[in-house]
Amino acid sequence: MGLRVEKASARLPGAPGPSGPGPVLVLQHAAKAFGAVQALLDGSIELYPGEVHALVGENGAGKSTLVKILAGVYQPDAGSLLVDGRQVTLHGPAMARAAGIAVIYQEPALFPDLTVAENMFIGRQPLRAGRRIDRRAMRAEATAIFGQLGVQLGPARIARGLSIADQQVVEIGKAISLEARVIVMDEPTAALSAAEVDRLFDVVRTLSASGAAVLFISHRLEEVFALCQRVTVMRDGRQVLNQRIDGLVASDLIRAMVGRDLAERPAEAHGTPGELLLDVERLTREGVFTDISLTVRAGEIVALAGLVGSGRSEVARAIFGIDRYDAGTVMVRGHRLRRGSPTGAMAAGVGFVPEDRRQQGLVMDMSVQQNIALASMQRLRHAGLIRAAAERALAADWAARLRIRYGRLRDPVSMLSGGNQQKVVLAKWLGRKPAVLIVDEPTRGIDVATKAEVHHLLLQLARDGVGVLMISSELPEVLRISDRILVMREGRLMAELAQADASEEEILSAATGQAEPGTPGPPADHPLGGQDVPGQTTGDGRGPAERPGGRAHPGTP
Amino acid sequence: MSTTLVSRSERPPAPAGTGARKLTERAFRIRESGIIVVLVVFVAITASIQPRFLNITNIQFILVNTTVFALLAVGETMVVISRNYDLSVGSVLGLSAYLSASQFGQHQGIPIVAVFGIGLGIGVACGAANGIMVSVGRVPSLVVTLATLYIVRGLDILIVGGKEVVASSLPAAFLNIPRATVLGIPDLAIVIAFAVAVGAYYLRSFRSGRELYAIGSNPEAARLAGIPTGRRVFVAFVCSGAIAGVAGVLWAAQYGTVDSTAGTGYELQVISAVVVGGVAIFGGSGSAVGAALGALLLNTISSALYVLGISPFWDQAIWGFLLLLAITIDRLISVRLTAALRVRGARHE
Repeated sequence: MGLRVEKASARLPGAPGPSGPGPVLVLQHAAKAFGAVQALLDGSIELYPGEVHALVGENGAGKSTLVKILAGVYQPDAGSLLVDGRQVTLHGPAMARAAGIAVIYQEPALFPDLTVAENMFIGRQPLRAGRRIDRRAMRAEATAIFGQLGVQLGPARIARGLSIADQQVVEIGKAISLEARVIVMDEPTAALSAAEVDRLFDVVRTLSASGAAVLFISHRLEEVFALCQRVTVMRDGRQVLNQRIDGLVASDLIRAMVGRDLAERPAEAHGTPGELLLDVERLTREGVFTDISLTVRAGEIVALAGLVGSGRSEVARAIFGIDRYDAGTVMVRGHRLRRGSPTGAMAAGVGFVPEDRRQQGLVMDMSVQQNIALASMQRLRHAGLIRAAAERALAADWAARLRIRYGRLRDPVSMLSGGNQQKVVLAKWLGRKPAVLIVDEPTRGIDVATKAEVHHLLLQLARDGVGVLMISSELPEVLRISDRILVMREGRLMAELAQADASEEEILSAATGQAEPGTPGPPADHPLGGQDVPGQTTGDGRGPAERPGGRAHPGTP
Repeated sequence: MSTTLVSRSERPPAPAGTGARKLTERAFRIRESGIIVVLVVFVAITASIQPRFLNITNIQFILVNTTVFALLAVGETMVVISRNYDLSVGSVLGLSAYLSASQFGQHQGIPIVAVFGIGLGIGVACGAANGIMVSVGRVPSLVVTLATLYIVRGLDILIVGGKEVVASSLPAAFLNIPRATVLGIPDLAIVIAFAVAVGAYYLRSFRSGRELYAIGSNPEAARLAGIPTGRRVFVAFVCSGAIAGVAGVLWAAQYGTVDSTAGTGYELQVISAVVVGGVAIFGGSGSAVGAALGALLLNTISSALYVLGISPFWDQAIWGFLLLLAITIDRLISVRLTAALRVRGARHE
């Protein structure tokens, strides 16, 4: 790979000399807060030419914020950024580009109607006489870059319909044509197949061989060890580890990533589970999930864990009747629910707090009061009209019980903070006094204090005899408040763990299939709370299914 | 490995890419050749029923009638490609037609070029007003130009009142502009064809032209790519306005009589022509040539119905039908194309 094209070496500046060059980019002690949420406390990173540098950490560790600072999208509140030893301030993506920093996002935003070559050169197309675009030169240059990267991609085809992998290649080609010396790849492999990952790795190695510094973010540790020479681990907005990767093993990185106070674990003991409220049998939706059987009893919190994309949310949506399913049954208190009917599910006493509260959980333009009352219209109706006084009373009651902080009940719900918005969604369902409450990522994007309140609320509900089915990517949360943990992988239930037996490592092994040698890696997604971890077996070498108290489920292909 | 990397342009293009390119090229050619086919079939059928349709006077009539629409369609194409709409072109045309033509009555012996200049100026002013509101005010263009459609028309009615410019007040040279021919082809049609070609070439081969496609294709990505989206959209509106201004003067020359209703409803006819001509209604693709051909097709149909003695009611119904057809074809092509490209580019499916 070392012998690169003449043109290429001109484009990609000098390979690292034997003397060992200094870092091309240094970010020191960067901090960034969004309102009350401190997304990044002490973000530091050093990138060397010719090196692939891994950045790993849980979700919420501050990786994305750091990437967006490098991309010029966010301006840090504190800290300094040095490129080639000179201090720079990036006031926008254009300045980052000019400084030689290119960012390849997980899903690039191309111009679908323009050709591949134009996507690479938009605004900088090679010109001929009369300032006209020289299409042939543009295509030749694109072809040369693809040749240099060793990929086959026609520069004259339009971008519409390109696979994600090819779209990334277009972006990488663009970065090369811009003579970028720092290439940041934000979870590029998340949506790629194994073959595409291999091709991407070849491309990345080519890039670094020609002297570019690559920052590679991934949730898959085996990729980090396969590709990178140096690694930075972030936790809670800080850099906690930064060294060359030789000599490190996966468990070192996991410890650095997780390294949290385990004392925060199991909170209150729950009462004994009561009657069977939700009974799902062999629920299957072709190509999405298969043979999902689960139960939720009164007073129980059951967590559905797994990687994003493992089918957790889809199962929840099918249970509630938003999505259809092909086979299986959903019973609530012994009554079978009609498939595809949220109204039926609601009538049977099921509530559903969706993952995306802004898009699915709330009507952002309506008031706090109206949002809370939205699911209780039936009760508030009198002769076909909504009684404003009753609506107000209901909303005020729940707002007080959930300690929602708001200005006036008539304010639009969009004025509340994320945590309080989430409480409004919860209040909406609690107003109906559900028997079963399904919550999808109840604490995503919520600050720590409110998060604790939401946890407390869910525990309180369980104590009051509600059955809660919770989907969560945050393992500490799962371990803290649930009684049983079901782990999904690739649309199937892989394990059921009792809270007493479960550990983060164990859930991760089941979710990623790492415990069983020879099984394919996790599907294309971010893991669980970003605990991202794999590459690791549990201490006793047993698979999750063999755990005491764990129930085995039909295995993976 | 590195040896294969050295050659660049000689290297045979990727098979997947070539296949896909052929496919896209064919699809785009079809978009324009499709209109030509429809046009030819339509003319053939009409002529077989009523041979008078093909006589030179009638063809000249169709071509001259098309010029105003074809011209407007080029300006509208620029706007639509950038995912905007200009609904004010009809009103701008009307205002420009009256104000420019009335100059002949007010200033004896004013040169025709100066009158065109006045029309152009009016158009530029209206287009700039639209452009500022859309790009600086960030108001959706549909709303902005709907407002200016009424404002400019209102202004026109205020100025014109019950008056009108009559043909007898216009110099013969001016009235002859649409009537002059070279080898039987109207001069005006040649000039307009040239203008369409220039517009198409600009959109195809200049950075700022391509950037209009980029903006229409993915506005957010365009901003991130550092394209001055506001400025480009502003210029597109100015061009559309300027073209409408000039078209107003031509309209006056063609009809001779100008009152306050000149150009009423043209905006929708022009947008129809643009869409029938294969310009994607949500921006990002299409060509000025296609749009001009769309205008030609619609005018030919009107004329054919007239020649065949069919009620003008059918005129509008057929326009509407063609519009639906064009949009359906547009959808079908893009769905098919996406599917085909995905299969050809597939590596991970």
